[in-house]
Amino acid sequence: MTSRRLVSDTMVVAERNLVRLTRAPDLLLAFTVQPVMFVLLFVYVFGGAIITPGYSYEDFLLPGIIVQNIAFGGFVTALGLNEDLQKGLIDRFRSLPMARPAVLAGRTLADVVTNSLSIAVLILTGLIIGFSFDASPVEIVAGFGLLLLFGYAFSWVFALLGLLVSSPEAANSLGFIAVFPLTFISSAFVPVESMPSGLRWFAEINPFTIVVDAMRSLWIGAPAGHSIWAAVVWALVIIAIFAPLAVSRYRRAAGR
Amino acid sequence: MPTRLEDPMTNPRTETRRDCGPRPDEPAISVSGLRKSFGEVCALDGVDFEVAPGTVLGLLGPNGAGKTTAVRVLATLLKPDAGSATVTGLDVVAEAAALRERIGLAGQYAAIDENLTGLENLVMVGRLYGMARSVAKARGLELLERFELLEAARRPAKTYSGGMRRRLDLAAALVAKPPVLFLDEPTTGLDPRSRLELWTTIEELVAEGTTVLLTTQYLDEADRLADSIAVIDRGRVIAEGTPDELKDRVGGDRLEVHLSDAAAAPRAIAALAPMSDDAPVVQRDTVTLTVRGRTGVIVDAVRRLDDAGVEVDDLALRRPTLDDVFLALTGHAAETAEDEQEVAA
Repeated sequence: MTSRRLVSDTMVVAERNLVRLTRAPDLLLAFTVQPVMFVLLFVYVFGGAIITPGYSYEDFLLPGIIVQNIAFGGFVTALGLNEDLQKGLIDRFRSLPMARPAVLAGRTLADVVTNSLSIAVLILTGLIIGFSFDASPVEIVAGFGLLLLFGYAFSWVFALLGLLVSSPEAANSLGFIAVFPLTFISSAFVPVESMPSGLRWFAEINPFTIVVDAMRSLWIGAPAGHSIWAAVVWALVIIAIFAPLAVSRYRRAAGR
Repeated sequence: MPTRLEDPMTNPRTETRRDCGPRPDEPAISVSGLRKSFGEVCALDGVDFEVAPGTVLGLLGPNGAGKTTAVRVLATLLKPDAGSATVTGLDVVAEAAALRERIGLAGQYAAIDENLTGLENLVMVGRLYGMARSVAKARGLELLERFELLEAARRPAKTYSGGMRRRLDLAAALVAKPPVLFLDEPTTGLDPRSRLELWTTIEELVAEGTTVLLTTQYLDEADRLADSIAVIDRGRVIAEGTPDELKDRVGGDRLEVHLSDAAAAPRAIAALAPMSDDAPVVQRDTVTLTVRGRTGVIVDAVRRLDDAGVEVDDLALRRPTLDDVFLALTGHAAETAEDEQEVAA
């Protein structure tokens, strides 16, 4: 299969996923209204009780909550692939002379578009409630790029999940159980220094903490350390592990 | 153009050697010693069959017999554990990529994207076959017109009825004009009218030269569409032949007596038993028995039933159906294997 075919098939599938999104507006709400609600809850309900030395809570929270949100962006991939599997669409795709990885590559590429949308909505919300960048335009763009890369990596994790489980409901609850605690036991919402020592140890090695720290150094001028490169490496490692696993699962995927 | 066999009694395997074009000796589908297990479950236990170009093979069997597994292997979705299969001369494992250009698959569940319109679905499939967008769109519109979906072309498929979805699914399988078409229970769950329409469409495709492998659990469907039938049960082909050959295998005509009162069944059986070599079978208020010859059978039956004082609603002599064939071959009926086990026993 030529690489040109892989690119064109991937674009066809990505287009399909984006077109169908516009026909199911309830999913669009999940990308926009829900994260905004979370930002407001954290800032106005918990924010007063959380001490973030050197930063306002709005500035501290926004990079963290965007990272959490972006990790969940891949949920659409898990749900969508599982639905395609149950409905026999994966069977149809696999009987077509298309490039094998294109169904997954197109699916995860569509997530990049929806992730961009939800990042934009969250930044706008942040700016309204008092978040401000302490960064050069290059750093802002670099942060945007890092978020999309990290989101893309998680789309592959969710792609594998969607192909493994037996129903969209199972994908939903398993994904939530796996990812939700990871995002909370990190520096996303509170400084890790405030956690008990065992939890703090975990939070410090948690890739979410590394990505959130990288985002804070890019966007609000926090000390970077090695976190930016470590974040990029993490994302690439996740893709290198999960993309081949997901494609191999897809080759053997059986609907129903 | 390869045509359907004029004489249904003739075995298509030998018959088509004469009339099927450039590769007279090559079957469109050839399956040999195919095996596939899923863990402990043996889905295919050494399956062999062939399909001549331009004909329909009906793969007939109850749920779980292995029909869908066979189709999945042939459509390159599943690798067999043992045995081999070729479609249009291409090996389903070694030449799977090339084969996908030449097959169409339509399934039991309409495999379409409900959030896309009918046209968008077909354009997507066309482009995944490697067509340019404009070519895929033209082909999509052509198919939508043929399947009477043109008016609904720009509506999301979730607004379609069951019959419309199934037609769209079949249209998607035909986008690349494949010479071989796999139809896995194409009419399961359809209302009678949609079913008849789909049958007509399939007959048209075959008349145009398409080879069709059809799985079904409906005997009337196989009877109407198939040139030859392979009866499959528990992963094995247990009988093969034209519908008429299979019916001949179960012997004579059937006398079907519908009783006014089901309670009279024992008396009816006692009265009719001397007319047949086999014991009459009762199913609710209907007694069925195999009879020798046709002459005088009805008069004889009416006299015996009248003498026994059994009231009859209706009485008919008919050729054996594939239901009878299935019952005779497997010891259980095809459509409702569980319900009728005790009747067969």
